Amino acid sequence: MFYIYCPYCGEHREEEEFHNHGQAHIERPLDPDSCTDEEWGNYMFFRKNPKGLHHEIWVHAVGCRKFFNVTRDTVTYEIKEVYKMGEQPKVVAK
Amino acid sequence: MSQKNRLQSGGRIDRSKPLTFTYNGKQYEGFAGDTLASALLANGVDLVGRSFKYSRPRGIVAAGAEEPNAIMQLGATEATQVPNVRATQQELFSGLVSGSTNGWPNVDMDIMGLVGKLGGKMMPPGFYYKTFMYPQSMWETYEKVIRQAAGLGRSPKEYDVDIYDKMNQHCDLMVVGAGPAGLMAALTAARGGARVIIADEQNEFGGNLLSSKETVDGKAAAAWVASVTKELEANENVIVLPRSTVNGYHDHNFLTIHQRMTEHLADRAPNGQIRARYHRVRAKWVVLATGAHERPLVFANNDVPGVMLAGAVSTYINRYGVVPGNELVLMTTNDNAYRTALDWHDAGRKVQAIVDTRKNPTGALVEAARERGITVMAGSAVIDVQGSKRVSGVSVASISEDGSKVTGSVKKLSADTVASSGGWSPVVHLSCHTGSRPQWNDEIIGFVPGKTVQKQLIAGAVSGNFTTSGALEQGHQAGAEALEKLGLKAADVAVPAAAEVKESKPMALFHIPHTKPTSQAPKQFVDYQNDVTASGIELACREGFESIEHVKRYTAMGFGTDQGKLGNINGMAIAAKFLNQSIPETGTTIFRPNYTPITFGAIAGRDCKELFDPERYSAMHKWHLENGAKFEDVGQWKRPWYFPKAGESMQEALNRECLATRESIGILDASTLGKIDIQGKDAREFLGRVYANAWAKLPVGRCRYGLMLKEDGMVFDDGVTSCLGENHFLMTTTSGGAATVLNWLEFYHQTEWPELEVYFTSVTDHWATMTISGPNSRKLLEELTDDDVSKENFKFMDWKPATVAGVPARVFRISFTGELSFEINVQANYGLHVWEKLFEHGAKYNLTPYGTETMHILRAEKGFIIAGQDTDGSVHPYDLGMGWAVSMNKPFSFIGKRGMQREDCVRADRKQMVGIKTIDPNIVLPEGAQGVFDPTASIPMPMVGHVTSSYWSANLGRSVALAFVKGGLDKMGEKVYYPLVDGRMVEAEICSPIFLDPKGERQNV
Amino acid sequence: MSDVKNETATVSIMNQLADASIQAQSPLFHADLATVAKSGPKTGGVTFKEEALLGHLTLRLNAENPDQMKAAEKVLGVAVPTQPLTSVTKGDVVVRWIAPDEWLITVPGLKAFEYEAAFQKEMKGHFQVVNVSGGQTIVKLSGKNAKDVIKKSSPADVHDSQFPVGKVVNTPFAKSAVILRRTGENEFELVIRRSFSDYLWLWIQDASREYGLVVEA
Repeated sequence: MFYIYCPYCGEHREEEEFHNHGQAHIERPLDPDSCTDEEWGNYMFFRKNPKGLHHEIWVHAVGCRKFFNVTRDTVTYEIKEVYKMGEQPKVVAK
Repeated sequence: MSQKNRLQSGGRIDRSKPLTFTYNGKQYEGFAGDTLASALLANGVDLVGRSFKYSRPRGIVAAGAEEPNAIMQLGATEATQVPNVRATQQELFSGLVSGSTNGWPNVDMDIMGLVGKLGGKMMPPGFYYKTFMYPQSMWETYEKVIRQAAGLGRSPKEYDVDIYDKMNQHCDLMVVGAGPAGLMAALTAARGGARVIIADEQNEFGGNLLSSKETVDGKAAAAWVASVTKELEANENVIVLPRSTVNGYHDHNFLTIHQRMTEHLADRAPNGQIRARYHRVRAKWVVLATGAHERPLVFANNDVPGVMLAGAVSTYINRYGVVPGNELVLMTTNDNAYRTALDWHDAGRKVQAIVDTRKNPTGALVEAARERGITVMAGSAVIDVQGSKRVSGVSVASISEDGSKVTGSVKKLSADTVASSGGWSPVVHLSCHTGSRPQWNDEIIGFVPGKTVQKQLIAGAVSGNFTTSGALEQGHQAGAEALEKLGLKAADVAVPAAAEVKESKPMALFHIPHTKPTSQAPKQFVDYQNDVTASGIELACREGFESIEHVKRYTAMGFGTDQGKLGNINGMAIAAKFLNQSIPETGTTIFRPNYTPITFGAIAGRDCKELFDPERYSAMHKWHLENGAKFEDVGQWKRPWYFPKAGESMQEALNRECLATRESIGILDASTLGKIDIQGKDAREFLGRVYANAWAKLPVGRCRYGLMLKEDGMVFDDGVTSCLGENHFLMTTTSGGAATVLNWLEFYHQTEWPELEVYFTSVTDHWATMTISGPNSRKLLEELTDDDVSKENFKFMDWKPATVAGVPARVFRISFTGELSFEINVQANYGLHVWEKLFEHGAKYNLTPYGTETMHILRAEKGFIIAGQDTDGSVHPYDLGMGWAVSMNKPFSFIGKRGMQREDCVRADRKQMVGIKTIDPNIVLPEGAQGVFDPTASIPMPMVGHVTSSYWSANLGRSVALAFVKGGLDKMGEKVYYPLVDGRMVEAEICSPIFLDPKGERQNV
Repeated sequence: MSDVKNETATVSIMNQLADASIQAQSPLFHADLATVAKSGPKTGGVTFKEEALLGHLTLRLNAENPDQMKAAEKVLGVAVPTQPLTSVTKGDVVVRWIAPDEWLITVPGLKAFEYEAAFQKEMKGHFQVVNVSGGQTIVKLSGKNAKDVIKKSSPADVHDSQFPVGKVVNTPFAKSAVILRRTGENEFELVIRRSFSDYLWLWIQDASREYGLVVEA
């Protein structure tokens, strides 16, 4: 059970208030129609599965309903930082 | 007095409060303050169970959570049965009914005992894997027999009458364990102003101090404990939880506590009180002060009743006033256990000898023993035990300095009790729960908590600090450190003084040698609960299991309800020795939650019966109940399924509802549909991106049906969205999809297109929605409104505000039945009023309420899909024959457009939705039936798609079905066959999914 | 008809109230709290009271747009709070922070449309006001054990140091969710959804049982 800081509500809340939305920083291609099958396939289906730091999207579903990013260590489950949509992570894998 | 082992005085029991209890059908007496175990020992009950595999008689070994043998079935009635309770942790109450769980048909004469007597060769490690796994189909049968014979307790057959609940807690500091270290940590933190929770599994705080004769701060230890506890209880920022086992330590300092609130009072909780409470704690910091468990030594026949842990024997004497025997032999590797011999001696019973495995023990306690005239046999060990249902004597021999072999001749001593101590193992269980691996500490000959990412401190015996003075000091430090980390000011707390006892160095010895090699010696038990022996572990290693995790699984060591609290370290040491490596090299297994077994009731809490899952009701629910509706679960909603009249079968009711709707008028409570209010100048643009069809030109006052797709092009929801104003839309979703769709919209808005000006607000619960459908629906509506709902001025797919039955409404002329149909939306506070008014006026038209099943039939007659029934995440709009709901020419590449163009999505032989007419019109195909083109094909027949919807249509007098068929849209009129489970081969024809009114004339009147 | 006919209006609002001869039924109408209050116990650790049929409005706007903030203040008589998890009260108007761009406003039941119309009149740009009065109701839990009932139901930390009077959170409550606001030393307000109200009423009765539940009508 994680304890997650919501950057909008400004406090930690229990994991049951949040939903994970998978890997962060995946941008929808601006012109999907011109994507090759491979490009589109990469956008649609391919995801990282790192051992260590991972950037994820979470939503404060039972709360302010805002989406934000979380940098989490998949080994220790430590949350290293949370940051809003559109921002870049400060903690990154070396 | 029948309590033959009870001392006349001493202990923390109240001799003025006798309690009677039953064990295995026989009545006994104990005292208030007893545990079931101490009361049984007081009464001289030696036998508490039979072992799992060999069915050997077993007695009480320990005095706490680590007890492997005294596992009881409790309960005076069927409904109050509780299995697998440790007698050492169950407080005695008047009328307690208990029985042993291990032993069938009874503990004194056991059928499985025969197997045990045949000896270890019969049941080596891996016996169950090797013997019972084949044939696999028989496992269930084997399992039943094994379980009955082994006896693992039984669950009640009646509903548990007691109440359990849960509570969420938050604190600055969670202190686990209320021994000297935990109490000091809590006291220090509390005085510094921290919010503290302190929990201990015992009924009283104090931990080991409760069973010792030590002094703290110059007073009896118990008095010091009482004064600290009192101060903590008086502090409103401290939650004091006795009888509360911290069972799990999870990520981010989340802990679960099982508090037994009334289990010590009676068979069932008095006056509706809570029996057990499950606390879910979020702590900023945690102090683990979980103490240590004494480690037994492994020697031949060390499971005969009467063989106990040294510390447990002291606990029974000092805390419960019970001496569990007459003649004691103590075997120890350390000074600490000498206390047991002193306690025994001081209680007036005979200590035959202290058998010390060390060559030259010195130290204050050793001297104290010698002063009392107790024989100390140094450099020796108890290598074997005599007796079957109770120890009758022991074999003692001198051993080599490293403890690896017997060096001298064997001497027999008479004894009825053997206390053993191989040192103490820190209780690292909770620290392991968060993924931290324990680390070996040579100094203390044990594992201590390893590195962790949790905000966790440790204090006392769990850190290897086994002295009371050390625990007090370290507890204080932990409390002070927590205050500092929390940013609170330091507290003024003096560390109380405790006597320092000078002890000599303990010996690292786990497995006592025998004159015979381990494989031929009498059984030397490592894990009592699973009957794992030293020779079994060696055999596992010989068979090639070198990883300790594999040894554990192969031998089942540590798999019992005690999780190997006593045996695991010994097992690892034996494996390490056999594999010729050190214990740290061998490594350790780790522990998982829960620390001790927890009753399912506490886990369920109040989420049971009618509170198991929320039932969501519409504003008209009361009417549905009063009118005999049968309900269907749609997500958490209780929706009317159908409304049977007296004596009607379900099919008869459906036939009547279907006919009434098409012939006159029916009414459906559609309030559960998801409804989202969408506003903003970019609302249209947004709709165009999330729906497959176009929205740019939908005029105010008009409604449009849309398919919502995932990026892969597959349909995931559908519904009608209406243009309320130029920048204002009302979207409807499926009942089950409301939350998902809103989340979907927010996700795309917040993460992909934040520049679009649009807001979404759920109004699902705000509007009560009722749909009247059928040729007479306009007549009925006209009776209830003055607004113009005529054919000319209120067209199909129009909406308009109107006052219906005196209530302002939005009325939508949309249809899911194919009939003339009006969907009336009013603020839910008026839902029932309008509904009832409709019935008042509708009686003359035979207004007929119908539920979800008739809705399904009526829409299937029209070939309308239900997202989630006819779609399963693998069909795109063209598969559904719904290309008309896709606009490929929109400027923005809407969600799903690119996905639909993937190679696999444009194959001609994709499964496509079609109508299915059985040749025999009376056969209603089962939903899920798989179709084949060639009924004569050999098995496995090539399957071409399955039936998704199938009903009897009273209107058409035949069955109708929607199904997916490979390339079905090009196969109109062709045959498809459905081989059914019952052997029938049903012949059917592929047809248009629109069975009724293909031109849509009925809704356009 | 009572809908607003405004040529320039890009959104459609209407007075959703029927005339007074038609009784509006709050989500807990069928629990018949008045009878329960009369026949039930008069003392206990927890008191339950429904504040039925208020006007509930969801407001969405851009808090960084001073014109919109000013317009909201003009309509409500009080500035909407921008500090997360806070609420403001002015007379019979309560404004609860829900998200950086969302507030839940309650007003007297008969005035919902008046406020809705005022927002449409006063506010420019991108905003949303939605009447959600039919979809939810408010219950108040008070008494010395009110906190205990909340702790049994919600993971929110309601300790005085963390949850002062006026604080508001969206939180899971049993297996539903509520908007929880502290309205006094021993008093909390729960905004509950209509379809979950029967479930929550059952839940609260059950969770309060050991303390004694008093119902006030």
